[in-house]
Amino acid sequence: MAIIKGDFIDNLPKVYLMYTGGFLGFVLLMAIFEQMGMGSDTIGILFVAFTIAIYAGIGWLSRTMAVDAYYVAGRQVPAVFNGMATAADWMSGASFVAMAGGIYFGGHGYLAFVVGWTGGYILVASLMAPYLRKFGCYTVPDFIGTRYGGNLPRFLGVVILAVASFTYVTAQINATGTIASRALQIPFEVGVWFGLSGILLCSMLGGMRAVTWTQVAQYIVLIIAYLVPVIWMSNKQGFGMIPQLVYGDAVQRITELELLHGMGTLDPVAGAKAGLKALSVPFAAAGDSWQFVTLVFCMMTGTASLPHILMRYFTTPSVKAARQSVAWSLLFIFFLYFTAPALATFTKLQILDPNLATGIIGKSIADVQALDWIQKWSNVGFLQIIDANADGILQLNEFFMRGDIVVLATPEIAGLPYVISGLVAAGGMAAAMSTADGLLLAIANALSHDLYYKIIDPKADTKHRLLVARGLLLVIGAGAAIVASMKLTSILGAVAWAFDFAASGLFVPIVLGIWWKRANRQGAIAAMIGGFGVGTWYLYMIKWGGMDIWFGINDLRFAIIGMPVSLFLMVVVSLMTEEPDAETQAMVDEIRIPTGETVLKAAH
Amino acid sequence: MNTDTSRREEHWQRTRKLMFITLTIWFIFSFVVHWFAAPLNAMAPDFFGWPFGFYMAAQGSEIIFVVTLFWFVRAQHAIDKDCGFTEED
Repeated sequence: MAIIKGDFIDNLPKVYLMYTGGFLGFVLLMAIFEQMGMGSDTIGILFVAFTIAIYAGIGWLSRTMAVDAYYVAGRQVPAVFNGMATAADWMSGASFVAMAGGIYFGGHGYLAFVVGWTGGYILVASLMAPYLRKFGCYTVPDFIGTRYGGNLPRFLGVVILAVASFTYVTAQINATGTIASRALQIPFEVGVWFGLSGILLCSMLGGMRAVTWTQVAQYIVLIIAYLVPVIWMSNKQGFGMIPQLVYGDAVQRITELELLHGMGTLDPVAGAKAGLKALSVPFAAAGDSWQFVTLVFCMMTGTASLPHILMRYFTTPSVKAARQSVAWSLLFIFFLYFTAPALATFTKLQILDPNLATGIIGKSIADVQALDWIQKWSNVGFLQIIDANADGILQLNEFFMRGDIVVLATPEIAGLPYVISGLVAAGGMAAAMSTADGLLLAIANALSHDLYYKIIDPKADTKHRLLVARGLLLVIGAGAAIVASMKLTSILGAVAWAFDFAASGLFVPIVLGIWWKRANRQGAIAAMIGGFGVGTWYLYMIKWGGMDIWFGINDLRFAIIGMPVSLFLMVVVSLMTEEPDAETQAMVDEIRIPTGETVLKAAH
Repeated sequence: MNTDTSRREEHWQRTRKLMFITLTIWFIFSFVVHWFAAPLNAMAPDFFGWPFGFYMAAQGSEIIFVVTLFWFVRAQHAIDKDCGFTEED
């Protein structure tokens, strides 16, 4: 088949329009099968299997043996499509599966993630992406190594990139495992390996080129899967077709119901399993301002330093396209993030409102426990009901649920047909797979290009380099799957850490490398070692070392400690040592204008 | 050569200015607004149905980020064009 070759780029809109139509046709077909009596398990299996088969097919069609195609998709991805690919790359299992659940339980305070994960793109566009595109690097350490000179900065860049991305990728593989095990009815440990093989099928043969075109396909699946249930619920509850614009009334109603159900007078009952939460935080009330803004800050600077995002902007045809593409990315991400609070609101209302058939709070416990979805999720230990005061009525503080099942369980909670549950599972799978793909590729590319080719064996030929890149992809993927099957942290904990690692070590060297000519090698080395080191030390001390946290800065926001240290060291050490040579300064001048040759030549 | 240097200087000066303006908007809607979420909730508890502080976190800031970014792309392109640094594509 020749779809990926030749004029594929010109035909992109047509190809993906056909794909979207095909996917909607598949959903319709499944809905018809459900009406004809096909079992819910079969539908779930078909959804997950069908979508993964498509991604793998795209991965196969995009196979390549060219360095430029493998590392930066040949630098020919149009801005809008790169925006979609970045959105899929960006929106992880945590965004898709856990975010609405976090808002559902954490209310207003949790929205710091939504603000942080969108506003970070302003930093990406104004401070970084266009300049890195002009630079012409293949990886983020490639920039750090060339700008500051020498192998040590490059090596430190690789280490920080690997730590941050690896933390993140285990969480994604964990998410694919959770979804695959639910949809395919297999044990979690098997689900993890199944998810990994799907991820590798998409990226091994074609590198960045394959990942780009699968991510576009995955974005389309995940956004449809996220929007359909919310719009459906909104219609059912009488809020109309654009739930994002009108759920304010539902928020007000929740606040009333919370009072009615005794929010604020009831404490969560003790004795629930670990990881389960009660509905004890008021939904719309503002929490602690300091907690909110520190989390926003860490998530934003983390966004702007995570290499799997920055490297997406190396694939556009021009500097201008890189800039435009950041704006498109944010728009495509916005579609989901702007819907997540609506989803949380409607689902919460479904459970709280005694006038709705789906309301469970204030109903008799025996009735509630007879519900299908309650039984199904309690059986796997994700949900629990404890009748603490033994009155036979379910109170707000007696209902416990894991945050990350809210999105997956919503169709069942709201009594939607099973085809929607299958669709949501496919969407969650797409979100987790696309992010895992980008991350694995970021790590493998940094190790193969920066560590192997630039530091260890600069004479290696193309064939050899790409072989090493693929071998590393396999090894890192397997390593991540092993760690993921140990279930060390919840999905979201690990994700926030990745942002903090990246922000502590990489943010300052990248930004000042572009914006401050005086920044030099010694400063960058000090900033990376100091920022990353102090951040990691703080995380270790408060998490395992028994130290008290400082000023409420917990493990989700340790970049608040690490990043200022790296900024301070960068400035002080640079000023104490001599300024960079004329060649380096000329290079910085060169990346500041969009025209002319890239600083690093093609296929370097 | 001389004109090239002055063109570059003007380009970078205007680029820097645009960056500062963009980051000021970013700062206000990332931090300032959310720092005052509780007073904003009290001030306008019914902003088209939402408490205003909650609304800014759930949608307001995000909408402003998207609009700012598309505006930034246009403004930067105008600077590139004025200073003669437009790429051929």
